[in-house]
This record gives sequence, C-alpha cells and structure tokens, in this order.
Amino acid sequence: MTVTGSGAVTARGAVTTGGALPAGEYDVTVVGAGVVGTAIARELARLPLRIALVDAADDVGEGTSKANTAILHTGFDAVPGSLESRLVRDGYRLLSAYAAETGIPVEPLGALLVAWDEEQLAALPGLAEKAVRNGYHAARIVPAAEVRAREPELGPGALGALDVPGESVVCSWTTPLAYATQAVRSGVHLHLNCRVRNVLSDQAHTLVTSRGPLRTRYLVNAAGLYADEIDRLLGHEDFAVTPRRGQLIVFDELARGLVRHILLPVPGALGKGVLVSPTVYGNVMLGPTAEDLDDKTDTGSTAGGLALLREKGRRILPALLEEEVTAVYAGLRAATGDDDYAIRSHPAQRYVTAGGIRSTGLTASMAIAAHVVELLAEAGLAVSGAREPVPVRMPNLGEAFLRPYRDAGLIARDPEYGRIVCHCERVTRGEIRDALASTVPPGSPDGLRRRTRARAGRCQGFHCGAAVRALFEEGRG
Amino acid sequence: MSRDRGVDVLVVGAGPAGLAVAARLAGAGAGRVEVLERDQEPGGIPRRCRHGGFGDPVRPWLDGPAYVRQALRAATAAGATVRTGVSATGWAGPLTLETTSPAGLERITARAVVLATGARERPRSARLVPGTRPAGVLTTGELQQSVHLYGQDIGRRAVVVGAEPVARHAVHTLRRAGAQVVAMVTDRPRGAAVPGVPLLTATTLGELHGRGRLSGVTVRHADGRCGILTCDTVVFTGDWIPDHELARRGGVAVDPGTRGPSVDASFRTSAPGVFAVGNLLHGVERAATAAAEGHAAAVPVLARLSGEPWPEPGPVLTVRAPLLWVAPNRLTDPGRRPLLLRSGEPLTAPVLTAAQDGRLLWRRRFPVRMAPSRSLRLASAWTDRVDRSGGPVVLGIG
Ligand SMILES: Cc1cc2nc3c(=O)[nH]c(=O)nc-3n(C[C@H](O)[C@H](O)[C@H](O)COP(=O)(O)OP(=O)(O)OC[C@H]3O[C@@H](n4cnc5c(N)ncnc54)[C@H](O)[C@@H]3O)c2cc1C
Ligand SMILES: Cc1cc2nc3c(=O)[nH]c(=O)nc-3n(C[C@H](O)[C@H](O)[C@H](O)COP(=O)(O)OP(=O)(O)OC[C@H]3O[C@@H](n4cnc5c(N)ncnc54)[C@H](O)[C@@H]3O)c2cc1C
Repeated sequence: MTVTGSGAVTARGAVTTGGALPAGEYDVTVVGAGVVGTAIARELARLPLRIALVDAADDVGEGTSKANTAILHTGFDAVPGSLESRLVRDGYRLLSAYAAETGIPVEPLGALLVAWDEEQLAALPGLAEKAVRNGYHAARIVPAAEVRAREPELGPGALGALDVPGESVVCSWTTPLAYATQAVRSGVHLHLNCRVRNVLSDQAHTLVTSRGPLRTRYLVNAAGLYADEIDRLLGHEDFAVTPRRGQLIVFDELARGLVRHILLPVPGALGKGVLVSPTVYGNVMLGPTAEDLDDKTDTGSTAGGLALLREKGRRILPALLEEEVTAVYAGLRAATGDDDYAIRSHPAQRYVTAGGIRSTGLTASMAIAAHVVELLAEAGLAVSGAREPVPVRMPNLGEAFLRPYRDAGLIARDPEYGRIVCHCERVTRGEIRDALASTVPPGSPDGLRRRTRARAGRCQGFHCGAAVRALFEEGRG
Repeated sequence: MSRDRGVDVLVVGAGPAGLAVAARLAGAGAGRVEVLERDQEPGGIPRRCRHGGFGDPVRPWLDGPAYVRQALRAATAAGATVRTGVSATGWAGPLTLETTSPAGLERITARAVVLATGARERPRSARLVPGTRPAGVLTTGELQQSVHLYGQDIGRRAVVVGAEPVARHAVHTLRRAGAQVVAMVTDRPRGAAVPGVPLLTATTLGELHGRGRLSGVTVRHADGRCGILTCDTVVFTGDWIPDHELARRGGVAVDPGTRGPSVDASFRTSAPGVFAVGNLLHGVERAATAAAEGHAAAVPVLARLSGEPWPEPGPVLTVRAPLLWVAPNRLTDPGRRPLLLRSGEPLTAPVLTAAQDGRLLWRRRFPVRMAPSRSLRLASAWTDRVDRSGGPVVLGIG
C-alpha cells in the first residue's frame, strides 16, 4: 500500500490525492467516499477485483457524512415495509458488531421520545405499535414520573415518553474512516480530489474526472447530494435531490452531566424535529433544524436557525442553555420527496445508484453496501472468491473508553501519548503523529480534527491552534 | 497504574498568578510547593505577548516573556518546583489531582491546592456568529501564538472583532505578520481606535462567508445599514471566560457573573483546601493584578497549612445589570481585599449601592468613567456592615 501525490499505484491498495489516474480498467468504481460509498468499497474489497473509490473532496466523509447527529438508529420509526426500514434494522446490527470489532466508539444510551403536549402523548401508542411493525419489540411507554426520575434536568411539562432502549450514539467521523482504511488495506484504490464531470459509456464506462479519465466496467453512484446529477449523466431522471439543511449546536463537555439519554422529539407534521443528545466525544448536541434549500453547498448556519434551536433547547433542557457552546455546524440531507431510499439497479448499464440516503445513512451504511453488492452480482459482477477483509483497529475518540492520555501502559511504551497538545480535548502528540501517518491521512487540519478531536474543543484553537497547525504542516512535509 | 505522591501545596498553572503564589509560599517555608504547567514552557499568556507594558508599576519596555522570566526566577529561587508538560486532568479526591505527562500518570495529593488556570477568549462558535466554517477565523490567543511563537503565515486582509485593549494588541500582531487590518468592529457605541484602522462602532458581525478560506464578513450597523467587508482573516478578541473546567470537575462552586470559582477575600473556594487566583476568577486583568492575587493568597494558604479551619462561605456578593460581575464574591472575611467590579455598559460617574435583604449597606458616587473593558477597583471596608448570616448582598447602580 502506498500513499502518493503523483498517482503511482502498487498492486495493493493506495490513496492518491493528485496527478493522473492509473491507466487500465477497474472492475468496479464507486463515486462518492461518504459513509455509504466507503461502506460499499469495503464490501467490494472482499472480492478479488480491481476496485476504485473516487471523491471530489480532499478527504473521505467530507460531505453529509461528517455533519449529522450520529445516532445509531434501531429503525423503530421507519416506514414499515420500506427498503429503509429493512436496511436500517440490518445496518444497526451490522454496524454495532463492526464497531465492537474495529473500535468505533458506540454508547448504547437509549432514547426517550418525550411528549410535551396531549397530541404528542396521544401519538406514543401509535409509535410503539409502529416499532413492532418495524421488528423492534423493546419500545414501551413510560409515565411522566419515570421520565422525570430518569432525566432530572428535563424542562417542566413532560407528560410521558416512549422508551427506546436500543438507540445509541456512534462516532460519525471514525465510521467512514474505518471503512475506507479497511478498503484501502484490502486493495482498493482511493482517489481523492477527483471530481467526476461526465460519464461516457460503451463496453465499459469512462469517467471524465478533474484528474483525467478513469475506465471501469461497473459503476456505483454513491454521490450523496449529487447522486441525481450522476444519474442524469447515465440517462436517468428517477429522482431529484433537494438539500434539507440541519443546523446543530454542540455544547461544552461540562454539560454532559445534564442528560442521560438521547432525547428524541415525537415526530409531528413538520418532520422529525429537534433532539438533544450526548455525543461519543462527551459533549451535548442540540438540533437539527430542517430547511429545504436549493443550493447543495449551503452548509452555513443562520441566525434564525440558531435562535430556533435555542428556543427548542430551552424547553427540553433549560440548564443546557447556560453552558458554553463549543461548535455550530450544518449538514445537508439528500431528500428526494419520496419516503424511501432511491437505490436503483440498471443491469444493462452495469450501474447501481445508492441515492436519497437521507437521514439514516450512517446507521444503514453496511446494509446498503451489502444490498448494492447483491444488485451488482445480479447485474453480472463476478462475486466468487470472497475473503474476509484485512482487520483494522481504529484509534479511540470516544470519551467513555480509554483514551491515550489516560492509558499508563501506552504512555510508558511511548511517551508521546503523554504529551497533550490539544488541552480541551486532551489529544496527544502521539495520536496526531499516528493520524498523519495513517492509511488514509488527513487532507486538512479539519481532517486531522475528525481523526483525533484536536481543536474540536471549547477553546477552538485559543490554546492549541498554532501548535496543531504546526504539527499538521510538519507531518505533511 | 499511576504513581501516588504527596506535596504540601499544588499550584495548577504557571502563569503570573500561579508563579506568584508559589514564590511567596516557597519563600515562607510552606514545604514542598509544586507548580504544574501543561504547556512546554512556563509563563502563561504573557509568553505570547511580545509588547511592552508589563510589571507593577507598568514598564513600557518590559514585554511578556521578560516579565514571566522574572516571575519564574522568583518562584524557583524561593524553592518552588515548576513542572512543565504536565496537565492536571481531573480529581481523584478532594485534594488529589490526576495528571498526565510524558513521564506517565500521577495522583498528587496536597495539603492545599491553588487553581491558577487562567482564562480564554470565547471563539466564534460560542458567540453564535452564523455562516460558513472557513479557515482564517482566530482568537487573539491563537493569533499571538501563530505569529510570535510559530512564525506562521496569517492572511492578507483582516477584520478585528472588538475594540478593547486586547483588540489593539491583535491589530499590532496582525500588522507585524504583514496583514492589513481593514476594520475593527464593535457592537458598543464607542471604542478605542488604532490610527489607520477604520473603527465601526454600534456594529455587529452578521455572518461569515467563504468556502475553504474566509472571503468576507457581513456587518450590520445598529441603524440597519448592512455591508460585506472583504477579508481572509477575522480575529475575535476579548469576551473572556475563565478556564474553569478543572474547578468545576472538582465540584467547586462557580459564580454566575464571573463564571470563575466563587471565592472570598482570602481566595477560598467552596471546596475546603482549594484556593483560586488570577484570571480564573474574572477573565482578563493586567498581569500585575493576577500576580497580586497570587501574592495575597499565600497568607491564607499558609494559615490553612497551619491548621486554620475552613470557614463557612458567608453571604454571596452579586451584581444587578448593567453590572456584570464582582470578584471576590463571597463575604467570609469582610474588608480584606479590594473588589473588582465590571459593567457591561459604559457609565459616567456612577453611584454604586450595596444592599442586603432590602437594607442599604453602602452608597457612593465614583467620579470616573467605567468602561466595559476595565474593572473598577473598590475599597471594601463597607463590607464590615454585612450581616454574616444574612442573604445575598447585591451591588447595583443608583
Ligand atoms: C443533520 C443531519 C442529521 C443526520 N443524522 C443522522 C443520524 O443520526 N443517524 C444516521 O444514521 N444518519 C443521519 N443522517 C444521515 C447521514 O448523515 C447520511 O445519510 C449519510 O451521511 C449519507 O452518506 P452518503 O455517503 O450518501 O453521502 P455523503 O457523505 O454526502 O457522500 C457523498 C460524497 O460524494 C462526493 N461526490 C459528490 N459528487 C461527486 C462527483 N461528481 N465526483 C466525485 N465525488 C462526488 C462528495 O464529495 C461526498 O463526499 C443525518 C444527516 C443530516 C444532514
Ligand atoms: C493579548 C493580551 C495582551 C496583554 N497585555 C498585557 C500587558 O501589556 N500588561 C499586563 O499587565 N497584562 C497584559 N495581559 C494580561 C495578562 O497576560 C494576564 O492578566 C495574565 O497572564 C493572567 O495570569 P494568570 O496566571 O491568571 O493566567 P495565565 O497567564 O492564563 O496562566 C494560566 C496557566 O495555567 C495553565 N493551565 C491551565 N489549566 C491547566 C491544567 N489543567 N494543568 C496544567 N496547567 C494548566 C495554562 O497553560 C497557563 O499557562 C494581556 C493579555 C492578553 C491576552
């Protein structure tokens, strides 16, 4: 495996970030290295095939996948019978097991859907019954007194809740990175800074990219918000993606003691609503909003959006608003106007689209990947000779698990894990060094943050910004 | 496995306040006095300040690094141990701190703990400034380190948010780094301008623009006028918040005004044996103020070491708007220390009052201008009149 800037590729996997693409034909190329595309590439990496994964960005997970609420959903509230319902349920099981094996942090906190008015309270039995239709049997309705006992800081007026013990929080930064790392170590070529501009199809497909042509026999479209545009290049007008923005506020780690469960809203006419949830990094998140836009790049926050979140948050957990804000961000869901994923196979074209993966794609990613590979097989891709991918173990970013700065044995073996660089998040020089030398190295300081938490904390660089930047620049040579 | 050790006094933070308390204590024979500093070098904020104006009285030629070199010499000459690259990460007991350093993990138990962890500026996110998340968005703290300690490249055209003394330092640092400062922006009606830099008063930052790198900021004047300033860098200055994490994780009560530990005039927190000094108590003040607090805290720390009991905390001292905070803010031992008082709005010749349980304790006119960036120093003899078993004492205007 090699990492190059020039495009030279060995027989093993590779990561390239510039220069011409390798000559020759790939068996399968996946467009889009979000959580869905990386999961598909990882699934394909089991096969003795030549696989490419390409992304326009300088890193994996740079699209919607880095900016969500990071909940590992049970699928209790999906549309029963939908493809999403099945894939979320399977994905939950698959990702839970994969996380345990690779070290992706997951915390099984359980969720409470809190009813704040009679209408919401009246909706709970229906939700409990829907959960059963989705194959989820552990949900039950709990009375107001129990809700209060389990969440003492909850604002006044909660009338009851639906308890969904299986809902968990997961690390949405480590997940696509683990998939990509494993894919590359198992032989996949990851080409970054590689935007697909056009697709010419005859016997095989020729992707016209910002780094030149790339030839491939099979093509998978996992381009997220742009999946409809790639589809159009192949002559399909099945669906149109409308970006639905979700703005979020992340509160300081000192707020973590205020909340014990994922506090989900009871879904109403206006969509899923605003939740309050701990994160695996030990802080507390409030959001998201839901705003339909027409600009697929508009990931900015707005004064109105933040004011709305604060108003909702004050109702749910008043003390939260007294805590410091650590970060504000926004993600765009790939909404299609349809209530289900838009996963379509076009066997004659040796082409599969994984589109419309709106608000559950992180959870469902591994199941989507398995489903897409089945569709490729039905379209004629040879899937014999599968082997287990090379095992990977990811660095732990989860606060509930042993972080390097607290690991005496690790520090004794390598004192760099005792040298804290980012004080708020307690990120050590050893971790930063490892990230810079990893299989899929960060393309920017933001990428380094998603691999280590460096600079993700309350001071946002007041103390460590210059030091982290220096290490990043030094590490890139 | 972490090692367990004991010391007499453990000071967290080797800035001006921590070094000052350590110097006094070690000099007075307090036993083993150890200062922990998470940075690789001791000195705190002044280490990043390459301008003159430190010392007591202020010496225009004395810059931050020289100032803290003196403080460090005083501490070590008195016999204090200053350990750098050691972070206090949490508590293992009421007077036991957990630490991480390249040498491993330790649990250090002290007879008295002094927190001197300083303060930081609120970043863009904490100020809820909307927009995109481009590179080129800094606080003064990061700017100073980037330029003075790392020689890093800063952008070409910068906007500075704030018009207080620290904003002027940011302007000078930006200029030293070769950037043009296109404007200083403050939501206040007045501010201290820097020659050659347009000062936009009564103006808020509406939104940040740019992908990858900052391309501009929307500014909105109180009268409704709006515009975009083209820039590739924006520096958020001032708006200090004490670095109170360790204090809070130790269960130390925090004052709602300062957001630092609530302390009495002897720097005693709500946790027996735990003291707090410096910017941790109130956000940024002059280094000499932080150091003076450190010096003054040595006396009660010594008393504690010689067995003086921890007193009941006494009534709280709070403020009413437009006053923002007062420190110290517990009235255990009235009259011992001057009070620092901040206002959120400029006030001319304010009449200050203090009342407890509806009873006026004190009233005085101050023939000065109170600026939001400067604390008013109040003599505290009047606090003798406080009923030690009464309710909160409230400072107000008029
Ligand atoms: C606010 C919010 C909250 C959410 N909460 C949750 C949650 O709690 N749990 C959950 O399971 N899911 C959640 N989701 C959904 C989840 O984040 C998405 O379903 C998932 O990230 C979609 O992944 P993706 O790989 O399809 O898309 P993306 O991550 O957007 O990846 C698509 C990639 O394609 C690349 N690309 C696009 N066009 C081209 C081109 N022409 N050439 C090359 N590359 C291209 C992009 O650069 C991008 O990297 C949430 C989403 C949002 C917005
Ligand atoms: C831009 C700027 C310009 C200034 N100019 C002047 C001036 O001209 N004249 C003047 O008198 N004053 C000036 N000041 C103010 C002066 O720097 C401060 O008042 C002074 O540094 C406060 O001292 P302190 O010890 O309370 O905190 P700090 O100096 O902030 O020191 C706190 C120390 O604690 C350490 N620490 C925190 N947490 C931990 C932990 N958990 N474990 C270990 N260590 C920890 C920190 O790393 C830091 O070194 C200026 C400040 C700024 C920001």
